[in-house]
This record gives sequence, C-alpha cells and structure tokens, in this order.
Amino acid sequence: MNRYSRHIILSDIGQEGQNKLLQAKVLVVGAGGLGCPALQYLTAGGIGTIGIIDFDVVEESNLQRQILFGTSTLGINKALAAKKRLEDLNPTITINAIPERLTSKNALEIFKDYDIIVDGTDNFLTRYLINDAAIITNKPVAYGAIYKFEGQVSVFNYQEGPSYRCLFPVPPKEGSVANCSEVGVLGVLPGIIGSMQANEVFKIILEFDTVLSGKLFCYNAKTNQTTTLKINRSDSEFEKVLVRKDHFINYHEDISCHDSIPEILVDDILLKNNITFIDVRELHEQPEINIPNCVKIPLGKLEENLDKINPKNTNIFVCQSGIRSKNAVRLLLKYDKSNCYSLIGGVSALLQQLKIKI
Amino acid sequence: MTLNIKYFGLLAEVTNCNNETIKFSNSNVAELLGFLFKKYPELKNKDFQVAQNNEIISKESIISESEIALLPPFSGG
Repeated sequence: MNRYSRHIILSDIGQEGQNKLLQAKVLVVGAGGLGCPALQYLTAGGIGTIGIIDFDVVEESNLQRQILFGTSTLGINKALAAKKRLEDLNPTITINAIPERLTSKNALEIFKDYDIIVDGTDNFLTRYLINDAAIITNKPVAYGAIYKFEGQVSVFNYQEGPSYRCLFPVPPKEGSVANCSEVGVLGVLPGIIGSMQANEVFKIILEFDTVLSGKLFCYNAKTNQTTTLKINRSDSEFEKVLVRKDHFINYHEDISCHDSIPEILVDDILLKNNITFIDVRELHEQPEINIPNCVKIPLGKLEENLDKINPKNTNIFVCQSGIRSKNAVRLLLKYDKSNCYSLIGGVSALLQQLKIKI
Repeated sequence: MTLNIKYFGLLAEVTNCNNETIKFSNSNVAELLGFLFKKYPELKNKDFQVAQNNEIISKESIISESEIALLPPFSGG
C-alpha cells in the first residue's frame, strides 16, 4: 500500500505493524491545540478508527494553533470540522465525530469502543474524568498538557504503570491554574506536545517497550530544557477510583457539576435591570471594555473594594474567559453579597454582543 | 548542603527564576517547603509536586544533596 510505504519499509513497523495500526481504535478527547496535531498524525499514519469528541465550536482565536481549522470553519463544531478535514487527508479510515461534551454520563459508554484515549482537554475536571473513566474501562491514556511555553507528556494507566492521580492525587482548586484562554500559549507548543502524544499512541499500538509510562516528560519551548521525572504507581489511587465504579455517574456529577456559583449568559443580560459590569482582569489586559457602566477591579484587589459592589444593582463580573469572574462571585458570596453573576464566555462574548447591538 | 531547585510553569513566575541554588541545613521535604514558603509566600497557595533527582517524592521524604524540582499541574490543551 503506497500511502503507508514509509512506515512499512521501517523494520520496526513493517506490514505487520501497519496492520496493527489499521486495526487500532483511538479516541481523542478535545479537538483543540493538542487534539488537532495528534489527530493529523493519527489519521495520516493509518489508525483504522478514530473518535473525536468535542462540544465546542471553532473561533477565530483558535486558528493561531488549532491547525485543522480555517476561516471557512468558523462557528462549526470542532469534532465535525476536524472530521471533514481529516477525511480529505485519509478517506480510507473510519472517523467518528462526537459533537458532545464528555461527561460522567457518557464517558464509560464512549471509552469502551476504543483501545487508547488521547487527553487533549483544557480543564482539570475533564482530565480527572478521563483518568477515572480510563481506569474503570482499563484503557491507556496518552496525556499532554500545556502552560504558556511549557508542556507535559506521559502515558497513564498503561500495563502496570501509574495514573494521573498517582502524579496529582487531587484536582487543584477551580481557577487556581489558568488555561490558555486566560494566559495565552505559544501556538507551536501544542503542535509539539500533541505530536508527542500521537507518537506515544503509535508506540503503544506497535508494542514498543519504550512507551512513556511511569515518566513525565517536561518541555520548555523557550529554553529548550527537557526534564523527565519518574512517577511511581500508587495502588491506592487506582482503588479509590475502582470502588466508585458502580456510582461513577453520580460521583462525578458531585465533584464536577454541582457548582452553585451564579453564572449568566450574555443573551440574558438584557433581562436584568441596573446592570454594572465589573472587569476583574488585570488593568493592562486587552481588549478593553468601553462602556460607561463598567468598573475595573482586578481580582486581587476585589476584597479591599467590596464597598464598590452595590447589591441594589445587578453586578456582572467579567474576565477573559469566565473563570476568574467565577472566582470573584465565589468570593462575594462569602461576604453575603447577592445579585452577583459571572459572565459565561468572558469579554469576547460580551464584546461580540455589543457589536451586534451597535 | 546545597540544593539546586528547578521551578516549572507558574511557579517560575512566583519565584521569578527557572532554577536557583540554595543552602539548606534541614532534612525533609516539609522543612524545605517551609523554607521556600518563607522566601516566596505566594508559593503557599499553589498546587505542586516535589521531585528529587528526577523522581516524584512524598512530603515526608528525606532530602539529601540533590536536584529538586517543583512541578505544578498544567490544565491547558
């Protein structure tokens, strides 16, 4: 087969190895910065069945790094847009697009149809959900995560190796670690890290004995420093997940979805009266919100400026993406301030709405 | 003893350096963290794991003259 000839002439792969790839089923969770490059190489290399799950739609700010998309796919669901692009790259394989959010309700059902899971998500809740569902369904996870110029890669739950919880046992407090939409990321970094995740997938399928299990590879794109840290397996972290197996759906709902912080969609703002916007971003952050009823109080200064929050108004907190604003509302609830909402989607959602109104 | 400490991700922003060498006379991870929290109070609110000579270790582990790394979880993708 000409398409895979450069694989087949490698003595470590051959026709036998290529057949293993063609029989393999790989699920990529998140078709974003990490998912796009991973998907590209998995598809090109002839992974026989590829699943893509993503509920999100393509936005212009994704195009700096999410290389499967273009201006023609703006506003389209990422799983569907990726499938269309990848089918052109390789029409001989099967690609399943799942335009949904991965939740505790669907995770086990979806995972059972695949051999390997690629973690390309951008939040801790889904990362822990993937870890736990992968342990229960006994699937290895090709893990990657990024922060500004730095990336981490590992393979979890592979043979007798450790899981993500053996490295980080408990999820950090929500909002304590910023994601790319909050702090930015060098576009090429997820290209490197996502490609490394795809590389690990190939190594697992080809049964190489050098899979990155029990090790965390750390890469700094600015300094070119690499560090590989050894992670030990902790059986108790597996047991903690397995004992909740029968209550998985309810258990994960408890830890992930019952967040009582009031949030508001930009479309619903008009239904409220006496609105004040509170921009909790740092003063230098762009784009600026140029409307008269907006005050700027960076999150770190909020506690000393509580008198500026008038509970007679509808106080709508805004940040870059809706994470810090949620923390702001959480803080105000602590001081019994009512009538406070976190704006879902942050400043870009707000400005887009204002543009429409003008 | 002398410890070479590496900081990853947002921890390097808190300490304002990717790595540094410190003089340290106590013996375990908890004491080392106490020392670092005094030097960088903001570290206290951060989630991270500690590695010694490139192996993740627990808070009770004994520190010897070595290379230490402070590793936070990353969420981005």
